Amino acid sequence: MKNDPKKLLRYTPSERANHWLTAILFFLAALSGLSFFQPLYYPLTLLFAGGVWTRILHPFFGVAMIISFAVEFFNYRQLNAMTPADWEWLSHVREMVNSDDRNMPEAGKFNGGQKLLFWLMAVFMALLILSGIVIWRAYFSFLFPIGFIRFAYVVHAASAAVMIGLIVFHIYAAIWMKESIGAMLYGRVRRAWAKQHHPAWYREMTGGGK
Amino acid sequence: MALQSLDITRRSATSTRPPDQRQTKEVVKLIDVSKCIGCKACQAACMEWNDTRDVIGTNHGVLDNPMDLTENSWTVMRYSEVETDRGLEWLIRKDGCMHCGDPGCLKACPAPGAIVQYSNGIVDFHEENCIGCDYCLTGCPFNIPRLSKKDSKVYKCTLCSDRVAVGLEPACVKTCPTGSIVFGTKEDMLRHAEERIADLKSRGYDKAGIYNPQGVGGTHVMYVLQHADKPEMYHGLPKDPSISAMVSLWKDGAKPLASLALGLGILGAAFHYVTKGPNEVSEENEKEFKDEK
Repeated sequence: MKNDPKKLLRYTPSERANHWLTAILFFLAALSGLSFFQPLYYPLTLLFAGGVWTRILHPFFGVAMIISFAVEFFNYRQLNAMTPADWEWLSHVREMVNSDDRNMPEAGKFNGGQKLLFWLMAVFMALLILSGIVIWRAYFSFLFPIGFIRFAYVVHAASAAVMIGLIVFHIYAAIWMKESIGAMLYGRVRRAWAKQHHPAWYREMTGGGK
Repeated sequence: MALQSLDITRRSATSTRPPDQRQTKEVVKLIDVSKCIGCKACQAACMEWNDTRDVIGTNHGVLDNPMDLTENSWTVMRYSEVETDRGLEWLIRKDGCMHCGDPGCLKACPAPGAIVQYSNGIVDFHEENCIGCDYCLTGCPFNIPRLSKKDSKVYKCTLCSDRVAVGLEPACVKTCPTGSIVFGTKEDMLRHAEERIADLKSRGYDKAGIYNPQGVGGTHVMYVLQHADKPEMYHGLPKDPSISAMVSLWKDGAKPLASLALGLGILGAAFHYVTKGPNEVSEENEKEFKDEK
């Protein structure tokens, strides 16, 4: 049963909706942006009714994505504060990658890797929106000197590439760690899953038992 | 806009070879600044031939009109009053696209076939393929392309590619009353420039020379300058223009590197899954919560 009350509530309905809205907007922004990044990806403009529409729409996808991400950012900011335990977790990341989590330090609601990813995403999202404004010819570019616009293009392309890399990692991690996609789809996780992957959070949710 | 389609040397955002069976001779428009009287006939002829009309502007107290290139004014006269060792000089330069050998606009353009370079050297915009992104404005070392407010496409001098294709000289050349603008094969124009420079030198312009900057692979619009050592005096003509390192980093560096890195990342993830397997809840935890399933 997806909503068995014995299961632990990991993400509320509004958190889930917000997450998937950000995900959809990220895909729209990334696919439309990639089409300008390299001729190889130019056919992606067909998804958005051609090159001109892709050029018009891309910045709006970006702005919507940033707003949606900002809501997530302020929701999860405190939960993602890095603690010494998280750095300890990260120093064991090699074992984790080898699918051996027996000696991993106990993770809370989010583990060290998830937290680091969160902050990296926040940094690159900020770089994307700031450089994106500078190169948004229709409304803002006339405010900036040409040298700065050229620099902003490099920043935008580089941070977009890093951002896509982070999301590839994020998606793969969710596929690799079974049942975590279910958590973001349905909200609740099995107690066994919680105890396995987020023991500190499990104790917090169950009042310290077992 | 152009008629040629079989003699394309470079095509924007295209990695395969464009149709280039036809080979034409490289052409050059040579502008002898020392012969220019600033009559603006070339500006008028340009609008006349290309059927563009700029808005009526206002007088800014100088002869420059309009004050800058626009989507309708593909060439403008730039008037500079400068003090040199010869006293006060009035330097008049016809500004417009230089038709670079290595065009920064074409390098930056993400839309396949929106910018082409013909084997005769002319760099042309094909506005029907243009998506209005402005990348060419970023790539150009001479600040030439202009984005139209009307249709969000970029426009610039075509070197009258339509006229040249049928054996005519560009409209500005045709109309120039002093012979300041001439047009022909690159070979002929370089020879003509040498004669002009020799003449200028004999008249005391020691630093007279040709402006054909090699940093952009040479240009197909060249100037004969009285003071070739100081091109900046001619309304900021760049001394040694080249495609910005930022644009090269973005277009040559980031493109292949990022695609490679992302491709390897995705491949790496797939191989991780099939070699290490998924990360599942351990047997012992499963037993503990048998009631759950």
